[in-house]
Amino acid sequence: MEKEKTSYQGQMHLLQKDMMGRYFERVTRAAEAGEGKAVYMLISGNPVELIQAFDLIPVYPEIDALQLAVKKSALPFIQKAEELGYSMDNCAYVKADVGLFLGDRKTPFATIPLPSLILCNYVGCNVYLQWFEHLAEYCSGELYNLDIPFLRDPSGVPSKEDIVYVVRQLEEVIEICERLTGKKLDYARLKAIVSRSSETGDMWSRIKALTKNIPSPFDAYFDSVTMMAPLYCLRGTEEGVRFFETALKEMEEKVRMGTGPLPEERFRFIIEGPPPWPYLRTFRDLFSKWGAVAVASTYSTVGGLWEFGFRHDPNHPLESIAQHMLQWNVTNRNFLQRYQQIRRYVEEWQADALVIHSVKSCRLFSAGQGDMREYFTKELNVPTLLIESDIEDPRYFSEAQLKNRIDAFFESLEHKKILHAGAEAGGAA
Amino acid sequence: MIYAAGIDVGSTQTKGIILNDKREIVARALTDTGAYVTRAAERCFAEALKSCGITKEQVLYVVGTGYGRYKVTFGDAQITEISCHARGASYLFPRTRTVIDMGGQDAKGIKVGPDGDVKDFVMNDKCAAGTGRFLASAAEALGMTLGEIGEVSLKAKNPVRLTTVCTVFVESDIMSYLAQGKKTEDILGGVHSAIAARTVSLIRRVGIEPEITFTGGVSRNLGMVRALEEKLGMKLSVSPDSHFVGALGASIFALERAAKGVSSVEQTKLETSSEAS
Repeated sequence: MEKEKTSYQGQMHLLQKDMMGRYFERVTRAAEAGEGKAVYMLISGNPVELIQAFDLIPVYPEIDALQLAVKKSALPFIQKAEELGYSMDNCAYVKADVGLFLGDRKTPFATIPLPSLILCNYVGCNVYLQWFEHLAEYCSGELYNLDIPFLRDPSGVPSKEDIVYVVRQLEEVIEICERLTGKKLDYARLKAIVSRSSETGDMWSRIKALTKNIPSPFDAYFDSVTMMAPLYCLRGTEEGVRFFETALKEMEEKVRMGTGPLPEERFRFIIEGPPPWPYLRTFRDLFSKWGAVAVASTYSTVGGLWEFGFRHDPNHPLESIAQHMLQWNVTNRNFLQRYQQIRRYVEEWQADALVIHSVKSCRLFSAGQGDMREYFTKELNVPTLLIESDIEDPRYFSEAQLKNRIDAFFESLEHKKILHAGAEAGGAA
Repeated sequence: MIYAAGIDVGSTQTKGIILNDKREIVARALTDTGAYVTRAAERCFAEALKSCGITKEQVLYVVGTGYGRYKVTFGDAQITEISCHARGASYLFPRTRTVIDMGGQDAKGIKVGPDGDVKDFVMNDKCAAGTGRFLASAAEALGMTLGEIGEVSLKAKNPVRLTTVCTVFVESDIMSYLAQGKKTEDILGGVHSAIAARTVSLIRRVGIEPEITFTGGVSRNLGMVRALEEKLGMKLSVSPDSHFVGALGASIFALERAAKGVSSVEQTKLETSSEAS
């Protein structure tokens, strides 16, 4: 079978390139000309609204690391960290970022500024917590660890005390930001930003619902990652709203025209786990050649889970930011809730299969995926494929191994499809 | 007479099978894969043709399988060895419901449907523990050949407990047992037992349902067959052609396509259509 190359580049992709280009210019100006102050944050349930309210520049070391991987320039930074003593087994996002941080911080896409504040907004991952502590030790930036209690109640709802606890910490973050910028928080401005976040979440959620269409207008994994950078870096800004308006319009148009990312949609799958950034295109092509389109992904909910109804509330800005951090991002939820999230995707998005991409770097995200595979294959009878590589380290990507597993998986799905079609034709006759 | 061929280009060896239109095996060929994969495939095909005295023009359809399947440049289609092993095992043992395939770099468990289709499969993660390569490292450390170790392992009275299933570190583990004066057969007993345990836990993930057919190069090792049977508590079906099962499955797919007159490489999607009918 010939490879079906995916070369779809819509308006949304071009606008993203333009906006993120300007974002990285701003980041670079902060590093090189001292214009503005940078706050380092983590993607998981990020409280970017607070940072935007002070005109501080959100910088996500995870995005820097993954950009390095996409540009195929991560390995020297990873090796530099390993020379310093970071283990082979350590998260490669951490190593790439540490390697970058301890050099001149120049990348092919931006020069990364030193942080004025290192805001560890997610503590579910112990490695991440220590990553930010290391960065704080390597520079003079102030460190604040936001202690976000894990969503531990079977109901999946945080307690009132949890929310009060997080809000109190957000107030402390506000005090730090006021000190750093010399400005008092403009509460009305924060409300306006939170309102734009709410609007953005609403549009993002509507975009995600469009992949319930057959064919799906875009790939909910490979094309969603294009939308995730604006979601995290520009959420709460007018530019961010404009991006999502454009994306929504474009995707609705594609639904009307009945077009998708591939010439023919033959399989619909759900994908769990982050992508292999160093080989994103190669990985995508392994699915495209089978006409397989991802119609929903858990990875696109790391920064926030909006498709099940959550919206920021401008009337309760801090409480809703706390709720977002506690409850509405996949990483702070327990594994059973993740099962249910995927189960809803399989059912409501009408998927044929589940693909789990396990990554060496992230034991937090990957531990338990073997049980997840069991649950979906044995209890729900959903064909499930478990494959493994890495988010950042190119040394863990074995194309021959992945290709073999992916090909075999779709060969067996093809067989099922033919049997099913045969049974239907037989029934109709 | 119509002929069809399957060429299985594995990491270590390349296997070829030619079938006639009565689904009878008329030729087998086995060569080392080496660095020149396309040439290995061609050599294997040529040997198979020679052994049954037919020309390549008489072979209507060729399916390539194994890691080097895309290097079978004279082939008409490529199908993964997972589908091919399921198909081939079902041909040899029609009641097969589970396949254990152990090759040079892979260990696989395949759940098979009544018509030889793949219901589910699991493979070793990206590590050669529990594969043929592990046995090769152990043989090398003991100065023996792969062909010898299985028989010797059966003589073990007090098999050692290996501390590692790492293909690289197994050599130093063996060295340390030799230094302690352990017998070769007891070390090999431990080696086979360690791999069997790892393989069984792998295939339990797809669910073990009899009849179990053991395929791939390692299935020629009697010590491994016994070690697996002991861990599973049941007999395994092993054919004298067990290391040809991938090529055999590929040749069955090829014959079905030849019979249908399918000639385009593009139409991989039709590969299982005859099973459906």
